[in-house]
Amino acid sequence: MLDNAEGYVTEDGRKIGGVVMEMKNITLRFGGVVAIKDISFDIREGEIRAIIGPNGAGKSSMLNVISGFYVPQEGEVWFHGSKRPPMRPFEVAQQGIARTFQNIALFEGMSVLDNVMTGRLNFMQTNILQQAWWKGKAEAEEVENREAVEKIIDFLEIQHIRKTPVARLPYGLKKRVELARALAAEPKLLLLDEPMAGMNVEEKEDMSRFILDVNDEFGTTIALIEHDMGVVMDLSDRVVVMDYGKKIGDGTPDEVRNNQEVIDAYLGVSHD
Amino acid sequence: MFYREAGDFKTSYVDDSQTFPIKFDRYRYYVVLAVAFGIIPFIINDYWANALLLPFLIYAIAAIGLNILVGYCGQVSLGTGGFMAVGAYACYKLMTAFPDVSMFIHVLLAGGITAIVGVLFGLPSLRIKGFYLAVATLAAQFFLVWLFNRVPWFYNYSASGQINAPERDVFGIIISGPNAPAWATYLFCLIFLTASAIIARNLTRGTTGRTWMAIRDMDIAAEIIGVNPLKAKISAFAVSSFFVGIAGALFFAVYLGAVEVGEAFGIQKSFLVLFMVIIGGLGSIFGSFAGAAFLVLLPVLLKLVGVDLLGWPTDIVAHLQLVIVGALIIMFLILEPHGLAQLWRVAKEKLRLWPFPH
Repeated sequence: MLDNAEGYVTEDGRKIGGVVMEMKNITLRFGGVVAIKDISFDIREGEIRAIIGPNGAGKSSMLNVISGFYVPQEGEVWFHGSKRPPMRPFEVAQQGIARTFQNIALFEGMSVLDNVMTGRLNFMQTNILQQAWWKGKAEAEEVENREAVEKIIDFLEIQHIRKTPVARLPYGLKKRVELARALAAEPKLLLLDEPMAGMNVEEKEDMSRFILDVNDEFGTTIALIEHDMGVVMDLSDRVVVMDYGKKIGDGTPDEVRNNQEVIDAYLGVSHD
Repeated sequence: MFYREAGDFKTSYVDDSQTFPIKFDRYRYYVVLAVAFGIIPFIINDYWANALLLPFLIYAIAAIGLNILVGYCGQVSLGTGGFMAVGAYACYKLMTAFPDVSMFIHVLLAGGITAIVGVLFGLPSLRIKGFYLAVATLAAQFFLVWLFNRVPWFYNYSASGQINAPERDVFGIIISGPNAPAWATYLFCLIFLTASAIIARNLTRGTTGRTWMAIRDMDIAAEIIGVNPLKAKISAFAVSSFFVGIAGALFFAVYLGAVEVGEAFGIQKSFLVLFMVIIGGLGSIFGSFAGAAFLVLLPVLLKLVGVDLLGWPTDIVAHLQLVIVGALIIMFLILEPHGLAQLWRVAKEKLRLWPFPH
C-alpha cells in the first residue's frame, strides 16, 4: 500500500498524503565509526512517523541529518519533491523543518514568550534599521507575530508562565515550551527528539495529547524518536526501527511489533 | 506613591511590550528625562560637567555598546579601547577635513566607520568563541593603538603625535575645543546617550535582540531553529562598535579635547568599560547606566571622603581606589553575577509587595 503516491488511510480514518521527505541511501560516518548505514525511508504528509531503536542505533544522528546539522557522506535527502543541496541548519529551518531536542535546548536567559517568539524568525521581515526605530513596521510585525505566538501558548496551556524566565521552569514545562517554540515556526515537518524522556505518566499523557492535537489541528507532519513503546505504538502511523546504524524494520506498529528481527534487537519478549 | 502594578491592565500587545510596562516606572523615566534635559543644563558648571556628567554620559554610551556585544550576544570583547580610538580618530579626520559640517554628522559618521572596523575584527567570532575570541579582540586593541601611533596620516603629521580637537559647532553653538560651554557639551552628549539607549532598547526587545540572545544562550540550538549565526554575530559587532565609536568620538572631541592614543584608549579603557558592564549587569541597558555611573562616581566619592574629609594623601586614595574596584568586581562575580541591574530588579520585586510581603 505504501507504493501508492497518493498516500493511504490510517486505521483511525485519517488521510495521509504524498511523500514530504525522503531519505535515500543515507550513510553517515564519523571517522571510522559508521553511525548510519545505507538507510532509506520516507515521511508522508500528515503522518506521525516514529524512529525507534536501542541506544546508539543512530536515531538522533538521523534526526540531525534531517535538520541539516550533519551532512551525510552518501545518500540524498529529498524534501517536497526536490533534492536538497547541502545546507546550513538555519537554511533547513527556513525551509520549514522545526525540531525539539533530547536535552532541552531552550534559551535559558530569555522568557518563555521570547523563546517562543524566536521560533517565528521565518516570519520576521523588517530590517535592523526599522527595528531600531521600532514605531511602524517593526512594531506591527511584533504584534502580528505575538498574536500567532499567543495562540500556540494558549494551545499548549502555558499562558501562566509566559513572562517567566525559562531557567526557573520545571522540566516538564520546559519540554512543553520547547514544543511551543518549534510549533511557532508553523513547520511543514516537525522533528521531536524523545519528547517524553524523563517524564512521569501524567506528563507523558499530556505530551501525547499535545502531539496528537498538533497533528490533528494543524495537520503537521511529525517525525519522533521515543523509547516508550506504549507511546510509540499508540501514537505513530508508521515506525522505522534502527539498530547499529542499519534499518531493520519499517511499517505500521503492528507489522513492526511482529517483526522477529525487531523483537530480537530491541523489543524483547514479554514474560506473561 | 506605592510601586504597584495592580490595576495596570494591558489591553493590547503594544502596551504589553513597551519599555516600561509599569506606570510608576514610566513616570519616573519621564521625570528623569525632564530633569536631564530641562533642569541640569541651566545649573551645570564646568566642574560638574568635566568631573561627573560628561564621563558618565560618554561611558554609558560605550557600556551600552559593549553590553550589546558581551551581555546580549555573548561575544567577549577586550577591544573596546581600540574601537573607541577608531571613533576618535575618525572623528578627528572628519573634523579637520570638513570643518563646515555639523558635529552631529561627524560623530555619527565616526560611529559608522567604527562599525565597519568592528565587523572586520568580529569576523573571527564566526569560528572561535570564549577565551579565544577574547584574545582575538585583544589583538584588535593592540593593533589599532599601534596603527594610530605609527601612521602619521591619522594624526595629520602633528609633531607631538597627539590629536587636538579643533573648535566645531552645531547650529552655531560651539561643542568642541576649549571655549565650548559646559551646558552645550553636556546636552550634546546627552542627546547621543538618549538616542543610543532607545535604539539599543528597541533592538534588544525585538527580533534582532532575540537572535542575539539565542546565540548567547545556546548557539547550536539557535542555528537549528533558524538563526543565521553570521548575521546575528556580525550585526552585534556592528551595532556594538557603532555605539563604542560614538563614545570614542565624544570622549576625544567633547570631553578630553586632546588625545594621545596609548594613554586615552589603551587596554585599561577596554577593561574599565568591561568592568562597567559586569558591575552594572550583563544583558541590561539599565545596567550599562548603573555601571558607568558607579565607576565614574566612585573615584570622585573616594577623593571627597579620603582627601577632603579625612585628609589622607592623594596617592594613597588613588591606590585605594584600584583596590576597591578590584575587590568589588570579585564580589560581584561571586555574589551577584548579574550586577547592579539584578539588585535593582530584586529591589523592585520586593517593593511591589511592600508592605505586605506575604
